[in-house]
Amino acid sequence: MEMVNIEINGMPLSVPAGSTILEAARMHGIEIPTLCFLKEINEIGACRICVVEVVGMRNLVAACVYPVAEGMEILTNSKRVFASRKTNLELILSTHNRSCLSCVRSGNCELQKLCKDFRIYDETLYDGEKPASDYDDSAVHMVRDNSKCVLCRRCAAACAKWQDVAIIGPNGRGFNTHIGTAFNQNLSDVACVSCGQCIVVCPTGALAEKDNTKDVWRALGDPTKHVIVQTAPSIRVTLGEAFGMHIGTNVEGKMVAALRRLGFDGVYDTDFAADMTIVEEANELVERIKNGGKLPMITSCSPGWVKYCEHYYPEFTENLSTCKSPQQMFGALAKTWYAEKTGIDPKDIFVVGIMPCTAKKFETKREDESASGYPDVDVALTTRELARMIERAGMYLPKLPDEEFDAPLGTSTGAGVIFGATGGVMEAALRTAKEWITGENGEAVAFGEVRGTQGIKEATYKIGDLELNVCVASGLKNAKKVLESVKSGEKSYHFIEIMGCPGGCVNGGGQPVQPTAVRNFIDLKARRAAALYENDESKAIRKSHENPVVKEVYETYLGSYGSHKAHEILHTSYKKRNRF
Amino acid sequence: MYRSHVLVCGGTGCTSSGSERIVEALERELQENKLTEEIKVIKTGCFGLCALGPIMIIYPEGAFYSMVKPEDIPEIVSEHLLKGRIVTRLLYQETVQEDTIKSLNHTQFYAKQKRVALKNCGVIDPENINEYIGLDGYMALGKALTEMTPDQVIQTIKDSGLRGRGGGGFPTGVKWSFAAAQPAGQKYVCCNADEGDPGAFMDRSVLEGDPHVVLEAMAIAGYAIGANQGFIYVRAEYPIAVKRLEIAIGQARENGLLGKNILGTGFDFDIELRLGAGAFVCGEETALMTSIEGHRGEPRPRPPFPAVKGLFDRPTVLNNVETCANIPQIILKGADWFASMGTEKSKGTKVFALGGKIHNTGLVEVPMGTTLREIVEEIGGGIPNGKKFKAAQTGGPSGGCIPASLIDIPVDYDNLISIGSMMGSGGLIVMDEDTCMVDIAKFFLEFTVDESCGKCTPCRIGTKRLLEMLDKITKGKGTMEDLDKMEELCYHIKANSLCGLGQSAPNPVLSTLKYFRDEYVAHIVDKKCPAGVCKALLSYVIDREKCKGCTLCARACPADAISGTVKQPHVIDPAKCLKCGACMEKCKFGAIYKK
Repeated sequence: MEMVNIEINGMPLSVPAGSTILEAARMHGIEIPTLCFLKEINEIGACRICVVEVVGMRNLVAACVYPVAEGMEILTNSKRVFASRKTNLELILSTHNRSCLSCVRSGNCELQKLCKDFRIYDETLYDGEKPASDYDDSAVHMVRDNSKCVLCRRCAAACAKWQDVAIIGPNGRGFNTHIGTAFNQNLSDVACVSCGQCIVVCPTGALAEKDNTKDVWRALGDPTKHVIVQTAPSIRVTLGEAFGMHIGTNVEGKMVAALRRLGFDGVYDTDFAADMTIVEEANELVERIKNGGKLPMITSCSPGWVKYCEHYYPEFTENLSTCKSPQQMFGALAKTWYAEKTGIDPKDIFVVGIMPCTAKKFETKREDESASGYPDVDVALTTRELARMIERAGMYLPKLPDEEFDAPLGTSTGAGVIFGATGGVMEAALRTAKEWITGENGEAVAFGEVRGTQGIKEATYKIGDLELNVCVASGLKNAKKVLESVKSGEKSYHFIEIMGCPGGCVNGGGQPVQPTAVRNFIDLKARRAAALYENDESKAIRKSHENPVVKEVYETYLGSYGSHKAHEILHTSYKKRNRF
Repeated sequence: MYRSHVLVCGGTGCTSSGSERIVEALERELQENKLTEEIKVIKTGCFGLCALGPIMIIYPEGAFYSMVKPEDIPEIVSEHLLKGRIVTRLLYQETVQEDTIKSLNHTQFYAKQKRVALKNCGVIDPENINEYIGLDGYMALGKALTEMTPDQVIQTIKDSGLRGRGGGGFPTGVKWSFAAAQPAGQKYVCCNADEGDPGAFMDRSVLEGDPHVVLEAMAIAGYAIGANQGFIYVRAEYPIAVKRLEIAIGQARENGLLGKNILGTGFDFDIELRLGAGAFVCGEETALMTSIEGHRGEPRPRPPFPAVKGLFDRPTVLNNVETCANIPQIILKGADWFASMGTEKSKGTKVFALGGKIHNTGLVEVPMGTTLREIVEEIGGGIPNGKKFKAAQTGGPSGGCIPASLIDIPVDYDNLISIGSMMGSGGLIVMDEDTCMVDIAKFFLEFTVDESCGKCTPCRIGTKRLLEMLDKITKGKGTMEDLDKMEELCYHIKANSLCGLGQSAPNPVLSTLKYFRDEYVAHIVDKKCPAGVCKALLSYVIDREKCKGCTLCARACPADAISGTVKQPHVIDPAKCLKCGACMEKCKFGAIYKK
């Protein structure tokens, strides 16, 4: 690697040529604060919080984008630098809705932290006219409050560059610049896919999930309700972050303990429903291949992806597996099989999903998602909302004991748990499909080709006589690439797994927010996914069709895979949605 | 062969004062008199003396008619064109010398001018490529392609000392050499025709009066750096320029001067137009390119510089229109010729759009180093109504105000920067003693606040806060602490903004603070606007001695603020007064004054 010699704050350093001042400084333990910088997708030098002095230059430069050069002398902590950053913060504050005490991001707001670090003693210093701002709570999944927006544009970058949706972006000009949709329409009226990636990158409280915790508190306090909760596979490896635990810590036992202490009547695992999904979906795939059905079949677990497909690629909705997502399968079975088994009237069963995802909120409101006549799932909460409930109940997660999920809906396999990472659904399906087709009952094999955080993965597996071409994509930009390659005939697959968020659910839009100081330098999705695969390894049963409760459900209630009853309860339908 | 040529200005100034109708009337009259075979009417670009438009010159006599009206045409045709008798009453008075016509070049307006970039403006028909070719057009391209290597072209431009006329003043040849040094592959040449300074129309006049010079220069630049595609980013608000560029591109293609295998040399180069939607920031080079790419026109951080990674991430050279207008002549006449004009570090000439409180508003081109006094007093003809010169503003909203004490400064890039202003694209606004400098600073800041793209914090919010502070001062609500805070914020915005717009936005404030601080203090401490401009700080008063009680003022007052009985002195109620000045205009006795 070509190196250049620079000086930072008088320290002579050797750093790789072509690196930015920010990267070079960080390599040597010198931190430079940032606000708008989001690695690879938002390198725009707009907020001017990371400004540093380069000796000999008249103006300050943005460290996040300015490249080092041989002999460069940089000052990151000079009086002028501090004064500049402080003034930039004070200017931002003059337009900011400073109701910090009641803000959802109080305590983990990046702006708040910067103000603390730079000792802003007068937040009103530059007060004047405030830009007009709108508050949009029209969407099911989130709320946009522009009065808290700092115009870092990280949301717009996530929307455009990760998801290739670009539904929000800067409107207006100068002081009137604001983030909004085209023609400032309501979020509910545009082709937003509800993925929530904008929320997890927002430094402030300008973007947040729609808070449904009060609905859950109300249900918990209602003695007539049988309130049960299911936790999606990825929650166990991310919830700890909200309590300062290391990224990638599996807190399954403590999470169960917390949920039980919150007063849920049953603490269950979406992993069980993931196993259900696998057997139902693997069966659908085998049927489609055998009977000349529509191929490639594409997974339908990710409601962000499904909504994207309906808006942007309606010609592919027939390719979507008709299986409901695990969240919905769980709810559907809870209000049918489980209701019957426990003798509780489904109208009194209140199903809560703890999800890594904001689109899951939208999913609960979809049509054809109420097998019992009542909505399959009553409320979907994000990981963040659950963390808030736990905090509010006065619990400190790391100190809780480890407890186990309740039976019967808490029984799951290693195949179910890897659903939370990109490639996981594919691998779980392959484990089952392989055994069904070949009739061999062996050890669960890892399908390494479909693991990993790359956006698009492809593999061909020889299963019996069949050469199965599969593809795995995560993040809608990658989904688009795959769909286009299928459309053009360039690629031909039997089965495609698509997750709406890059890296899959571990990096979902409902996961704990990590500040860019972490996010820019640590691969969140890889660390979280690693914890899931570790969990899979430790499981006694690692194939979905071997889940004893899954077997029981089919034997005692549904009949066979893909039976008429299974279709009624576990499958759904899709529709074309407008793009404009 | 025609016995007479009638040149009618078709520039924007004269078009708006009615030159189209003059041409129509002229053509009609010539037809009626069966003179169309003998006399040719040519619609040219700008002559420069916009204040006297519509303008017409008839050759061979060189009679310069100004402020021509359609009803004057029959007389011009019958007297001048038929009988050979010059219509003296319509001549530009300065050109009348006893019984002869003085050459335009000897008039005060033109004598100190040197037209290089504007060489063909007002001379040729911009919609006819043959007229351009007739005045050595495309000779420079031919010379470059057949006699020079790309390196020699770049060296010539470097040696000439030509600096970018768009504002920055970066040496053009050096810029080209950076792009040329990039590995071969797709490269672009762009022309910045997004002239946005209020009151500036230098580039507009070149585009309207001599569009081919821009095409030729871009092709030369393409040859020099190894690019085969050019884009001209021109404001949609310049419809005449757009139309003439379209015609010019079409004609150049037809004549094999654009497109494949130009002049049989194997060099390919073509040009497309891109219309800007009127954002000032799109004149900033990276914003311009972002806009051409189809995105929201916003600047991006540099480095990488456009010469390395510009339009569509490819090496790109971006030159301003006026820069382009110099290039063919430098190639043809040599670097030494160009370098012989101007000052040590600013070579050649500069075009200024002269406006404000000055007699000869219009377009002037002078050698670099001409003093401000020469431009204002001689070429510009001084200040009207016997008022005193107070300041000149150069560089538009990014520039600064130059006070009367510095009027003898030779105008070039470095001198202007040293006194806190800048060349900018060449707007030059003259102000007299009735101008309030705080108000002027506010005016320019209003412009930048409105035109800020909103991307970076200091420009988006900082300029707005500056404007609010200025507004407070003009309303008499400012404090001396505000003045310090304002000055600090100015330096902050300059040092922290992402692009040139923000980095220069505080200049009008800083330069007025530097040279006219006393006016700020007067607004703050005395609650007075010395120039009597800031409404909140002035009141209209009736002098009891002079008032005859005629009641005219009371009847003119729209707010019923004036009371009094007939033949008795009247009084103005300051609480009701709107400060519209209607009473003062009506008073026949000079009894009403501003305080």
